[in-house]
Amino acid sequence: MELYTLTIHQAQEKLRYGETTSVELTESVLERIAQVEDKVGAYISVQEDLALQMARFADERRATGEDNPLLGIPLGIKDAIITGGVPTTAGSRILEGYIPPFDAATVARLRQAGAVFIGKTNTDEFTMGGSTEYSAYCLTRNPWDLTRVPGGSSGGSAAAVAADEALGALGTDTGGSIRQPASFCSVVGLKPTYGRVSRYGAIAHGSSLDQIGPLAKDVEDAAILLGGIAGHDPLDATSLNAPVPDYVVEMKRGDGLKGLKVGVPTEYFVEGMEPGVKTAIRAAIDKLADLGAEVVDVSLPHTQYGIAVYYMIVTAEASANLSRYDGVRYGLRQDGVDMWDTFRQTRETGFGPEVKRRIMLGTYALSAGYYDAYYLKAQQVRTLLRRDFEQAFEQVDVMVAPTVPGVAFEIGEKGDDPLQMYLIDVLTVMLNLAGVCGISVPCGFSEGMPVGLQIIGPALGESGILRAAYQYEQVTAWHKQKPGIG
Amino acid sequence: MKYQPIIGMEVHVELSTNSKMFCGCSADFFGVAPNTHVCPVCLGMPGTLPVINQKAVEYTIMTGLALNCQIQPHNVFARKNYFYPDLPKGYQISQYELPLCLNGYVDIETEESDTPKRIRVRRAHLEEDTGKLTHVNNHSLVDLNRAGVPLLEIVTEADIHSADEAYAYVTKLRQLVRYLGVSSGDMEKGAMRCEVNLSLTDPETGEWGTKVEVKNLNSFRSVRNAIAYEIERQTKVLSKGGTIDQVTMGWDENRAITFLQRTKEGDTGYRYFPEPDLPPLDLDPAWIEEIKTGLPELPDAKMARYTGDFELTQKEALVLVEDRSIAEYYESVVAVAGDAKGVTPKLVSNWVSGELFRLLGESGRNIADVEIKPARLVALIELVNANTINQPAAKKVFGVMFKSGRPPQEIVEELGLQQISDEDQLVSIARQVIADHPDPVEQFKAGKETVINFLVGQIMRVTRGKANPQLAEQALRELLQS
Ligand SMILES: [Zn+2]
Repeated sequence: MELYTLTIHQAQEKLRYGETTSVELTESVLERIAQVEDKVGAYISVQEDLALQMARFADERRATGEDNPLLGIPLGIKDAIITGGVPTTAGSRILEGYIPPFDAATVARLRQAGAVFIGKTNTDEFTMGGSTEYSAYCLTRNPWDLTRVPGGSSGGSAAAVAADEALGALGTDTGGSIRQPASFCSVVGLKPTYGRVSRYGAIAHGSSLDQIGPLAKDVEDAAILLGGIAGHDPLDATSLNAPVPDYVVEMKRGDGLKGLKVGVPTEYFVEGMEPGVKTAIRAAIDKLADLGAEVVDVSLPHTQYGIAVYYMIVTAEASANLSRYDGVRYGLRQDGVDMWDTFRQTRETGFGPEVKRRIMLGTYALSAGYYDAYYLKAQQVRTLLRRDFEQAFEQVDVMVAPTVPGVAFEIGEKGDDPLQMYLIDVLTVMLNLAGVCGISVPCGFSEGMPVGLQIIGPALGESGILRAAYQYEQVTAWHKQKPGIG
Repeated sequence: MKYQPIIGMEVHVELSTNSKMFCGCSADFFGVAPNTHVCPVCLGMPGTLPVINQKAVEYTIMTGLALNCQIQPHNVFARKNYFYPDLPKGYQISQYELPLCLNGYVDIETEESDTPKRIRVRRAHLEEDTGKLTHVNNHSLVDLNRAGVPLLEIVTEADIHSADEAYAYVTKLRQLVRYLGVSSGDMEKGAMRCEVNLSLTDPETGEWGTKVEVKNLNSFRSVRNAIAYEIERQTKVLSKGGTIDQVTMGWDENRAITFLQRTKEGDTGYRYFPEPDLPPLDLDPAWIEEIKTGLPELPDAKMARYTGDFELTQKEALVLVEDRSIAEYYESVVAVAGDAKGVTPKLVSNWVSGELFRLLGESGRNIADVEIKPARLVALIELVNANTINQPAAKKVFGVMFKSGRPPQEIVEELGLQQISDEDQLVSIARQVIADHPDPVEQFKAGKETVINFLVGQIMRVTRGKANPQLAEQALRELLQS
């Protein structure tokens, strides 16, 4: 068996018992990348030498008796997350050649733990998209069908994990950007509660929605990665000051799912959902009931407003967040005839069409005379959406729904239709708006393509969703199926 | 003048915190090598986030309380969006709908009236400063040391009606921030920056004129001069039947004129919205109360106490209260003097605002460096009260004390300045002086009263300044009249 196929916890076992080293593990992953990367295109950049150097260092640390679940584990980092000394582009030309002088808080924690960074995974430009087609650098293909997209915006991370080009990866999720590609690529993706993981060093898209989270081969790996990055950070004022439980221990508690109350939001079984997806989800819900969970219908009555509210808020915040890319201090500068022209030329050249579209939408929503009707109204409805979740979680412990109403689509299929692309997010954006947590776990296939089950928990309810996902995984084998790339 | 000026002011005060508003960088930027007090946060690098500087909030609350504002328990920071090379993030983190301080006032002294005039403060809020651009040939150099330094913006209602009132207002504001120790208040160093909104009202129709904004006011003098100039300019335009455009004017200090900077677009373009990177700042009322309790005594209260308890005149008190460290020195001397020793607050005031101010001015030294211990100044005054030394000798002693801080008794003895108060001795000296100066004596006897000063002066000369002048004069008069 090739080392690159291992999960994090399997690899950890081998490292611990001296059956392998981090260098061997890393070399194996790099070999795998050499084999499949030209087909998959998961990475914007791979730092081979640096990875091996980190691996050697991890082995030295282990030799001194050090041990922790991420020591020596090769990971992919989404290129929208800041890595000190390593180019970070956010998938945009405007950051071409930019080498940040500091680490994201999450990256610093992983570095501290001794993880190995393989490379920077592909993303839609500034994480704006659901297919990774809007990357300025490369095209990422779905390992299950190379003619299809991997989802996005963390499509690179999801594809890398699915294709065994990393043992796990970090992604960012503003409206579904971890869960949706996880669903499309048949891996586990977890979006933590807003504030659970520091955003310091996550290149901002929608600041009130962004979270960094793990993409992993199974639920236990997701729990390990989450434990490695979660916790209060004084550099992020929105970070929550709550203790971090041992998620691996927590998720294994209990007898099956006895005592767990699972809600099924009726509004989430939307019209136009692919029949195969619906079938897979219904079967998964039955499995949860078999495990002892009590399944009831719940209602999230304001669901229909989710997409509109989300795109109003996310574009407004993005329009301001992207103002710093002006060519003055870093990244691309396109000199114009004067200062204003330099700003204009730099942004005209540096940003792709989707980013420009969103900046314009957001700028419009915040403009005087429109603010009340758009941005303010959206914030008010967001409060109602939040309340929907609070009320639902008074009745149930977790909720389940499809992650996406469909499966991975063909490359180029939705590229010309932004609205179609936006609608893919219909079942994922709600969690970001409400600030709650969710996980997508493989739950079957529809027409040969993976389907993900979304398990939703309340704020700081990560242990609960991990437990449900873990128990479900114990009695299914979807996560063990591998794509035959080619 | 036909038109009544209506003036509102926006003053930006740079808070003298150690670190910047949203990062750990030093907030010191004056005379610092460009772009050395910067970090990823204040450079606006991708992925960075702001964290509120609590000291800046405390300083703002202190100032708000001193301005008699209501401190708002629920605060929201907002992004003010615009592009400029000195603004690293492309937005300034400021406060918009929910500022820290609302509805206060400042009382200022005016020439026209004995009672102070009240200027209402609409709001005071906290924000971050921008960097600085230096234009060299065809290029602009960006220095971001100042970017992110905490800035307090204080906005008045349009209650100011003349250049003098505006001047008095900013002077008072500077005095307050210095008293509170929240800012150097140095306009020349950019620690206080003023913008003026000015319009002229037609008193007959009561109609408000078009508002003109005046910027670049970098000194107290320029505040006064720019307003005076702008009032005159607008009056001329209106008198000729012209109209005033809503524009922003700059003040050219060298040419002493205002000039058109840009036509007004309003703040409609700023697209303010709540800063998502900072949760609302909800203040603990107990903390506000604690800050209130810890406030120093402010100038108005000091004035009342000095003119009341200390029986100083308004003018005497004003001079002492002007600077907090002077007032504190003065009060420490008064405190040591106590009630019993005949060293009245008034006598102390004479010494502090007389000789001490003169020597401070001459030496260019600061009150903080003055080594005269309060007890020693009291001792000096007591020596005068006890007629041990006379006033000129006392000034001489004070001069030595100012340089060395030594006790006055020691200096008196060393210099042999003890006053001659022995009447027999003075009478015999007076007799000699009368004999030596027959002409002035004749003049005095003929009724030229002032000649007595000359004769006293002669006694002082003979005694090398040590004669008690009152007793010397008394001896002369007795001899001359007998
Ligand atoms: Zn800084």
